[in-house]
Amino acid sequence: MKRNITTTINGEARELAVETFHSLLDALRNAAGLTGTKKGCDVGDCGACTVILDGAPVCACLVLAAETDGCNVTTIEGLQSAPGSLHPLQESFMMLGGAQCGFCTPGILMMAKALLDENPNPTDDEIRFGIAGNICRCTGYTKIIDAIRDAAVQLRQEAKGGGKS
Amino acid sequence: MRPFDLLQPKTTDEAIALLARHGSRACLLAGGTDLLVEIKEGIRAPDVLIDAKHLPGMRDLVVSSSEGLRFGALVTARELETSPAVKDFYHGLWQALRELGSIQVRNRATVAGNVCRASPSADTLPPLIADGAVVAIMGPAGERHVTLEDFFTGAGKTVLNGDEIVTGFSVPKPLPGTGKCYVKHGRRKAMELATVGVAVTMTMTGDTCSSIRIALGAVAPTPIRARKAEAVLAGKKPDIELIAQCGAIAATETSPISNIRGSADYRRRMVEELVQRAITAAMEAAR
Repeated sequence: MKRNITTTINGEARELAVETFHSLLDALRNAAGLTGTKKGCDVGDCGACTVILDGAPVCACLVLAAETDGCNVTTIEGLQSAPGSLHPLQESFMMLGGAQCGFCTPGILMMAKALLDENPNPTDDEIRFGIAGNICRCTGYTKIIDAIRDAAVQLRQEAKGGGKS
Repeated sequence: MRPFDLLQPKTTDEAIALLARHGSRACLLAGGTDLLVEIKEGIRAPDVLIDAKHLPGMRDLVVSSSEGLRFGALVTARELETSPAVKDFYHGLWQALRELGSIQVRNRATVAGNVCRASPSADTLPPLIADGAVVAIMGPAGERHVTLEDFFTGAGKTVLNGDEIVTGFSVPKPLPGTGKCYVKHGRRKAMELATVGVAVTMTMTGDTCSSIRIALGAVAPTPIRARKAEAVLAGKKPDIELIAQCGAIAATETSPISNIRGSADYRRRMVEELVQRAITAAMEAAR
């Protein structure tokens, strides 16, 4: 029950041979070799596998790889704008201690990117609501929320043409 | 995951024929946020998934105060949740949608899936029943319509035949002076299944309650209407005593189970309290 699919991953069209019963998560990690997307619970409860599918954040464990034929997927490997640079969210998570063990971090970064794409100036309550499906067992979330709020400021300044302070 | 084949029909007729051919070996796939979990956990073991996502005409979402709400079976929970008109005119449904899983889940999950899964605790069912939603069903003999209230026959069981597909929903337009509320009671604030869910849709004419529908989730094998409680308030001027009586009677209409999320007695007591809160909020919204 092999399927050949063509999925655009991080801007690059990738031809992948997948099984009909493989999740997008397994296809990303095994067939595409992109292991930045983490497998936590594998049943949609933890958010560690969050990727952006055609503009919408989803749990890659709850999508069949075969369903993504012809779709656009952005993973943590595609978050940075250029090789060697970091996305403002990544900078903020580093500066403000938003990551501890780091296992939930790729999923939280992708969810935060989707959140800020939709709402560039969220309240703390809106940030909490946005990342409600991303479980972190280390941080207690305070520094994650600080980092997302900080990145939102940076991104708004960049959008205004002010660049990074 | 346990191996299965994936069929992707392009027409509803083709999908119905595939369902008829494969029978109980097949499951219909919409968002997959429940089905794929059940396959991974060994609760279901289909040999074939029939993917509904390429079926035509099931992604429409029409909502306004004059026309009511109509949406196809492939409209995601998140699409409904982010519609300002759904928030304004179907506020109970909107509140329930925000309680369903996470944003990641709601970007895939459909209300049709929530309905067909027929979990007693499903969040979207009580507000849709309180609003009088009707399910459109397509089968070999053509189309039929069933009120959502009559759609469920037991926990996980519905009136759907094996070769029928839910194609969409229509919900009546709100009458002037209508307020709605959904209250979910759980053990935590997010990523939770309801211990009790209460939906109220209430229309006020001046100080009088001209109509009220109360729907309860997670307190019976299916979502239920609390008709005796509704009768307490219908045609009356609600005050604190009447609303308290309404809550107490609603609790007697339930048949909850005890499980990890709460005992039967606890659920009945919470119904008594939450019905009062939901009525108070709906009445406030009706002004």
